[in-house]
Amino acid sequence: MAHGPAKGIKRWLFTTNHKDIGTLYLWFSFAMFLVGGLFAMIIRAELFQPGMQLVTPEFFNQMTTMHGLVMVFGAIMPAFVGLANWMIPLMIGAPDMALPRMNNLSFWILPFAFLILVATLFMEGGGPNFGWTFYAPLSTTYAPDSVNYFIFAIHLMGASSIMGAINIIATVLNMRAPGMTLMKMPLFVWTWLITAFLLLAVMPVLAGAVTMMLMDINFGTSFFDAAGGGDPVLFQHIFWFFGHPEVYIIILPAFGVISAIIPTFSRKPLFGYSSMVYATAAIAFLSFIVWAHHMFTVGMPLAGELYFMYATMLIAVPTGVKVFNWITTMFRGAISFETPMLFAIAFVILFTIGGFTGLMLAIAPSDIQYHDSYFVVAHFHYVMVAGAVFSGTAAVYYWLPKWCGRMYNETMGKLHFWIAFIGFNIAFFPQHFLGLAGMPRRYADYALQFADWNMVSSIGAFIYGAAQILFLYNVIATIVAGKPVKEAKVWEGAEGLEWTVPTPAPYHTFATPPAVK
Amino acid sequence: MASESNYYYVPESSKLPIFTALGMGLCAYGAGSWVQGHSPMVFLIGAVILAAVLWAWFGAVIRENLAGLYNERVERSFVWGMSWFIFSEVMFFAVFFGALFYVRTIALPELGSPLETELLWKGFEPSWPLHVTPEMAVAGEAAKFKGPREIIDPWHIPLINTIILLSSSVTVHFAHTALKNANRRMFIGWLAVTVLLGAIFLGFQIYEYGEAYRHLGLTLNAGIYGTTFFMLTGFHGAHVTIGTFMLLVQLVRAIKGHFSADNCFGFEASSWYWHFVDVVWVGLFIFVYVLGS
Amino acid sequence: MIAKDEQPRARLLLSLLTLAASVPALADWRETLNMPVGVTEVSREIHALHMTIFWICVAIGVVVFSVMIYSLIAHRKSRGHQAAHFHESTAVEIAWTVVPALILIAMAVPATKAMIKLYDTSDADLDVLVTGYQWKWQYEYLGHGVSFMSELATPESQIYGAEEKSEHYLQEVNNPLVIPVGAKVRFLLTAKDVIHAWWVPAFGVKKDAIPGFVNETWARVEVPGTYRGECAELCGRGHAFMPIVVKAVPQAEFDQWLAAKKREAEELKALTAKTFTMEELMARGEEVYNRSCAACHQVNGEGIPGIFPPMKGSTIATGPLSGHLDIVVNGKPGTAMQAFGQQLSEVDLAAVITYERNAFGNDTGDVVQPLDVYNFKQGQ
Ligand code: HEA
Ligand code: HEA
Ligand code: HEC
Ligand code: CUA
Ligand SMILES: [Cu+2]
Repeated sequence: MAHGPAKGIKRWLFTTNHKDIGTLYLWFSFAMFLVGGLFAMIIRAELFQPGMQLVTPEFFNQMTTMHGLVMVFGAIMPAFVGLANWMIPLMIGAPDMALPRMNNLSFWILPFAFLILVATLFMEGGGPNFGWTFYAPLSTTYAPDSVNYFIFAIHLMGASSIMGAINIIATVLNMRAPGMTLMKMPLFVWTWLITAFLLLAVMPVLAGAVTMMLMDINFGTSFFDAAGGGDPVLFQHIFWFFGHPEVYIIILPAFGVISAIIPTFSRKPLFGYSSMVYATAAIAFLSFIVWAHHMFTVGMPLAGELYFMYATMLIAVPTGVKVFNWITTMFRGAISFETPMLFAIAFVILFTIGGFTGLMLAIAPSDIQYHDSYFVVAHFHYVMVAGAVFSGTAAVYYWLPKWCGRMYNETMGKLHFWIAFIGFNIAFFPQHFLGLAGMPRRYADYALQFADWNMVSSIGAFIYGAAQILFLYNVIATIVAGKPVKEAKVWEGAEGLEWTVPTPAPYHTFATPPAVK
Repeated sequence: MASESNYYYVPESSKLPIFTALGMGLCAYGAGSWVQGHSPMVFLIGAVILAAVLWAWFGAVIRENLAGLYNERVERSFVWGMSWFIFSEVMFFAVFFGALFYVRTIALPELGSPLETELLWKGFEPSWPLHVTPEMAVAGEAAKFKGPREIIDPWHIPLINTIILLSSSVTVHFAHTALKNANRRMFIGWLAVTVLLGAIFLGFQIYEYGEAYRHLGLTLNAGIYGTTFFMLTGFHGAHVTIGTFMLLVQLVRAIKGHFSADNCFGFEASSWYWHFVDVVWVGLFIFVYVLGS
Repeated sequence: MIAKDEQPRARLLLSLLTLAASVPALADWRETLNMPVGVTEVSREIHALHMTIFWICVAIGVVVFSVMIYSLIAHRKSRGHQAAHFHESTAVEIAWTVVPALILIAMAVPATKAMIKLYDTSDADLDVLVTGYQWKWQYEYLGHGVSFMSELATPESQIYGAEEKSEHYLQEVNNPLVIPVGAKVRFLLTAKDVIHAWWVPAFGVKKDAIPGFVNETWARVEVPGTYRGECAELCGRGHAFMPIVVKAVPQAEFDQWLAAKKREAEELKALTAKTFTMEELMARGEEVYNRSCAACHQVNGEGIPGIFPPMKGSTIATGPLSGHLDIVVNGKPGTAMQAFGQQLSEVDLAAVITYERNAFGNDTGDVVQPLDVYNFKQGQ
């Protein structure tokens, strides 16, 4: 037990250590972020001007689809699983994850899954071109042949997520140090516990959806074909029963990260800890009963439209509680602006803006206009890029010194922040205008009145993309040659067990559990 | 050492997971190319690797267990793991039940509503079981999706199967009680009976499918009735197969003397799985067979 | 030497041009920021609702962000501010749960009213069946025997930059939908292949067209004019290329137009009996092919490998005529190949089949007459 890591590549292939696996997840997710980002750059380059310049419409559709899939399943979800792996055992005083070998398995499934997914782009007929929401029958009867590989790749990702979720639940419920009661757990652990339940509940639903597709395509069933008595809208109900909780799977761990960073740099305990826990649970619960707000135009009965509108609006209440708690935490603190805090503050502002547009989308009559326009694209990039990606970035800056015992370059970190912040807003704020003016999403080409804002948006996207290269450089430079940090408590205001272990965190921590007051 | 309640066994680094992942990856890729009409070779290679690695993995777990490396706390992780895995399986079945309810209460009535029948599906009448699909109402015998001529009578084989599966839940419980009472012979006996009942159930199910395909026109292509019928009963059948296999493995282990009253997680996990499969069947019997006829 | 002299001038010219080009852009600038107000009661109501919710969100945002920015400025460590230690207050927490809930209720009231109005499709004066195809719309005036396809009119040369883009680039069609002003028009939507969505922003109308099902929506347009919309549900490679153009005209003009359309249909039917020359068929066929088939099989007849088969050297297009007629008239169910027998007239069908059998080096020499198509259809 007391020995260090194995040498060479074997360490990474065969490891059962939560820190190694966390590192693997984080690097994998960053690689996928670059791949997904590259696809986004292709999209934005094509949309730079009206007319088709760089790619064909079918390739454009493949880019949109793969961008969404790779970002959601390849970049964001693994990033937070990676953080969970690194931090949860440290935060609750556990020697490792509960099921270490399965932990390694959940990671290594992912490279295979994404290899298959990305390989479809090189197959005859091209890769998936039906959007990340893969509505039937475009994704069944009318799909390219590669759809079968896509289906099995999704199955693999689902298996990985389910195992990951089981592991997290078992760890949190079973591995806490003596005295670490549930209501003493850091919020990051709480948000992940709840997220893990969401994953367990909805990944099988996604698996069911793609299985039905597989059967419709290859084995003559008629789930989504009216000719046999099925219904394409059934697909959408199933997909969004998965899909809506999925967006909270993406954002809840981000809430956890922000709830760790803001108190640290405000030097003040988190305001309203227990209401944060209840709000998270409430959001998770509500996320199961609002799915059809993505389907206001499919022709549901009036009662359905109204019900889903009301239920969706309710989510603003617990989310508001979170935002207010963060702000009250900052209120009368002693605030300093290190890079993680800058990203956290930007998160609060931009996520709230994204939440407001979410609320506007929830108003069913107005959504008749917004639906499937760039207004929606703007909404979800505010919550997913400025939400999930910003918080993931903040987390990396925040915990990097603890992970590798070296301090990142603060100036470069701040520069990264400002370029990212400005680039992000130039890229995505104008998309609100585009959507309101009537530009539909998933368009390879557009009418002339949309030209100006598209160009602005593309320029912003390039700026934001370039900022990521700076980030990559900063992280590598830190790991290789950053200024060494010795103190266990890297940040003056930080609280929690993870700051009691030495810096850099040793290979094995808490082999004997710490005492928690 | 193992008795110390705070100690937790963390396994050494292991080759097992990555080869499992490799097996799964090959299976997924191979399945993709197989359904597309290519050879199943890649899939089979993946499956062989997967089987071999899982064999080794379970072997390792059993060895570690027998070596006393697992204390109560480790076992609790397994308990949580298995319970939440079963929960995810419940959700998987829930989707297919959900599809059935949706089709019956929303899709079919809408397909039979005035606008749809006037403009698209002249003469279509929704009913359950759906003998005449919308396409058939318009195109007659030329239709691709033709509803079943007849469906399975719930009060014959399905009823027998219900009785078989329900009793198997009881027998596996008897086995558990016998184990708790350290009655090895009864334990092995009841477990063997359970495995046998599982196998008989599967036999009947296969017979029923044969009948459906040969005599009733009830196939996967038989419109939404055939679709929901086969997908629900089929996935259930697959789970019974897995469950029977799991119990069979436990039977072999029982004969080898692996279990004691307080060290029997492998058996317990399999029996939970078996109860779960049983409960799903009760749902099927009611919603697919009885209320479906 | 000359070139050197001219460089600054060229640059000046370029910047002036850029400036000139951006002046109209500047003028439109404000109009591209917000949702335009439409020309139906429903769309105006949606717009009002949109603005109400927007301003409420802005107000909440101002309050929330002011507190935050105030703290960020006043409670900085660098200013020597000492952190307080409070971390709970039940009263405050209840307040900020209840107040947003009340705001939401206030929002829900007008939203519910608007939604009910949106859904009231009763008592329509005119029913139009809108059918989505990959990648065009079909409009059928129910009970009037008039039906036609409406396809993108922007030529490929504009899309691929060989030609200047016209004013209504990608928002122009060959046959616009025409509806009377002031009448309540009910749109019945369906699709033949994948899901499309029929969106005309100025009407406040967006509804999915779902294969096998019929959706309803409605509009009562108040102002005559031409309104442009788009397909709003991803439907394949031509998703961005199946616009909607609606002309709202006074009732009298509409009646005239409808009568003319009926006559046109009869004339076309009469042509079925006529015998055409090869040249006539090839010319007409090329036009039909480029409009209706080239989106998939490509202008050069080479298709897209793995998705759309080539016409060039196709065994069907060069094989027995009956097979060719069959696939074009009946399509191939379960693939993107549609049943064009319901979309094109006998004349157009004859022309396009003749074209396919003789273009792209297929050179079969076959001539197909409208009557052959007619007989083929009858014989089924
Ligand atoms: C991280 C991901 C994430 C998050 C957190 C959210 C959060 C929310 N989303 Fe979003 N959403 C997506 C990701 C996300 N969404 C994605 C990816 C899509 C598109 C999918 C696709 O089609 O491809 C989408 C689409 C989408 C739609 C469908 C639009 C359409 O296609 O027509 C709707 C409609 O209701 C919606 C609503 C909401 C709401 C109400 C919230 C709420 O949770 C927001 C709550 C937050 C606030 C409201 C702000 C803070 C609150 C206060 C300060 C309190 C006071 C406020 C008030 C009383 C107003 N979202
Ligand atoms: C969390 C998920 C996530 C993230 C992080 C992003 C990030 C980005 N997205 Fe995202 N996006 C989605 C999820 C996400 N997106 C989803 C779900 C959809 C819907 C898909 C669908 O409709 O089916 C979508 C759709 C979508 C569209 C609409 C496409 C369409 O409708 O056709 C656009 C268009 O602008 C876009 C742009 C971007 C940009 C510019 C970024 C940037 O933030 C990316 C920045 C990152 C990089 C650029 C990588 C780093 C740098 C390099 C690789 C080096 C090269 C860099 C340069 C050349 C500058 N996205
Ligand atoms: C939306 C896409 C699309 C459009 C538009 C389209 N086709 Fe097709 N076409 C297809 C597809 C897909 C197939 C292949 C069907 C199959 O799987 O056999 C096909 C097959 C064919 C074939 C048989 C080719 C072969 O060798 O198998 C012919 C002939 C044909 N189309 C003619 C036409 C004509 C004529 C038109 C226009 C009037 C047209 N198509 C418009 C998609 C389209
Ligand atoms: Cu039709 Cu998009
Ligand atoms: Cu949602």
